Amino acid sequence: MMLAQDTREPFFRPEWVSRNADRIVEQLIEHAYLTSIAVGVGSLIAIPVGVYAYRHRRAYVPVTWLAGFLYTIPSLALFAFLTTYTGLTTLTAEIGLVSYTLLILIRNVVAGLEGVPRDTREAARAMGYTPRQLLWRVELPLAFPVIMAGIRVATVTIIGLVTVTSLIGKGGLGKFILQGIQRFFSTPIVVGAVLSVLLAILADVLLLGLQRALTPWARSRPRPEGAR
Amino acid sequence: MGEPMIRLEDVVKRFSNSRTLAVDHLSLEIQEGETAVLVGPSGCGKTTTMKMINRLEEPTSGKIFVDGSDVMSQDPVQLRRGIGYVIQTIGLMPHRTIAQNIATVPQLLGWEDSRIKDRVAELVEMFELRDELLTRYPGELSGGQRQRVGVARALAADPPVMLMDEPFGAVDPIVRARLQDQFLDIQDRLKKTIVFVTHDIDEAIKMADRIAILNVGGTLEQYDTPKEILRKPANGFVEEFIGSERGLKRLALIKVNEIRVEEGPVVSPEDTVQRALTVMEEFGTSWASVVDGGELLGWVDAGTMHGMTTAGEATPQRFSAYVTAENSLREALDSLITSETQVAAVVWEGQRYRGILNLDQISREILG
Repeated sequence: MMLAQDTREPFFRPEWVSRNADRIVEQLIEHAYLTSIAVGVGSLIAIPVGVYAYRHRRAYVPVTWLAGFLYTIPSLALFAFLTTYTGLTTLTAEIGLVSYTLLILIRNVVAGLEGVPRDTREAARAMGYTPRQLLWRVELPLAFPVIMAGIRVATVTIIGLVTVTSLIGKGGLGKFILQGIQRFFSTPIVVGAVLSVLLAILADVLLLGLQRALTPWARSRPRPEGAR
Repeated sequence: MGEPMIRLEDVVKRFSNSRTLAVDHLSLEIQEGETAVLVGPSGCGKTTTMKMINRLEEPTSGKIFVDGSDVMSQDPVQLRRGIGYVIQTIGLMPHRTIAQNIATVPQLLGWEDSRIKDRVAELVEMFELRDELLTRYPGELSGGQRQRVGVARALAADPPVMLMDEPFGAVDPIVRARLQDQFLDIQDRLKKTIVFVTHDIDEAIKMADRIAILNVGGTLEQYDTPKEILRKPANGFVEEFIGSERGLKRLALIKVNEIRVEEGPVVSPEDTVQRALTVMEEFGTSWASVVDGGELLGWVDAGTMHGMTTAGEATPQRFSAYVTAENSLREALDSLITSETQVAAVVWEGQRYRGILNLDQISREILG
């Protein structure tokens, strides 16, 4: 890389950070926002599609094939391609980001539903749950930990990927990285990269906490039985 | 008997992926308040038969009536909410507390919260579950506790009909026996109409009012009371399925008060020795029971009465075996063969005398 050319330029300048604190916070929020929209919209698409693919086994292969295909497109190429239709907009960024969440999310929705114990499903049916009640009150709640695991992986992936959207004028913290590359200036690169990593870790921990809070039953273990 | 609670009419079930029948032209009537046990080797269609009653499976042909109406003409969801259901693996909802699990069907039926709460409390008491279990999740309970919660859940909305597929199958024999006894107790009060599936003939004999023995391919071999099946197996298959100790198993089902107990040689303490000896002679014994105003005092031996004037002067000895009218003949047999005299006194309400029981009478019952 060209970064080391100017040997008098230090690797990290704290004063740059204090001068740009407002912008850093602004882009951090932007980064979290772009990620939330992508994972949120991705989930809204993946859950119904996953439920459908689970119920209609023949749909599973084409659905994962399509999601897998989207996942393999190089992100740079995808954003470049999309700008010819939707320009340098948030919409362009989100279309790309959402399409990268789908494979992970759909797979986990299906795996989560497949993990619902057969006897629980049978007992629910036998007690008179309608198919809709079965889905909302039994299948999705029981699949939730696995779906949530998918959401966590997707979130971490997307936080990394958001930086790439700096090439179409978005990018959150990616903007600093791009700026640093263009100006042979390492401090913003460090700030962008480190904050992006910290954001990913924070998001993962928060989502795990949310999952634990919502599934108290998943931690339960048999306690020794006292006398009757 | 009136209209049966459950009636199967010439029911056939063929699964689309199978060339053989799962259930073969089965007709069966189950009276209200009775427990019918479907028993047979795997592949005999017992579970399939049970599942057709609440439409988890649908018959290929034939008709099934519950409380007089054809199940195929009813909405399956409504039908199922009116029929209790327990399976071996129980299928509790892992994400709902025990209280919520028990309340499942009342909730689906839209009961008010206060009514649900009362009902849950009632069931907790009935099944001797501890209150603190209510806020726990199924994963925290032992196998025996889960089984009881499963049965309590099935009873929650007080359905007239219960379907139970090996409900006590997943626990060890000691816990199973306890759960069976507890359920028999509860059923004694509730008088549900029950279809109970098991592969264990001993469980069938214990739980059933009537047993339907099914053979591979879903054919009915015999449908009768446990006593009758044990007394007179319809064919070689049934005989083999019942297994060994058929006579003993039948004795376990007959209570002492169900057979005619002989009074035997009886004297009162005021009777003269002469009178006592005459009684013994009539019965061909050298002893007699001493009964005073209906109360059994013991027995006296002819040899000890020389020189006495009344039977009461001899000290009555305790019988070496006592059985009560509520004991089974199997229990009576056990007392007899372990006693010295091979004669047991039959008593009720403490020491009220009813008669004597010996091995001859029991073997006559076995042959009967």
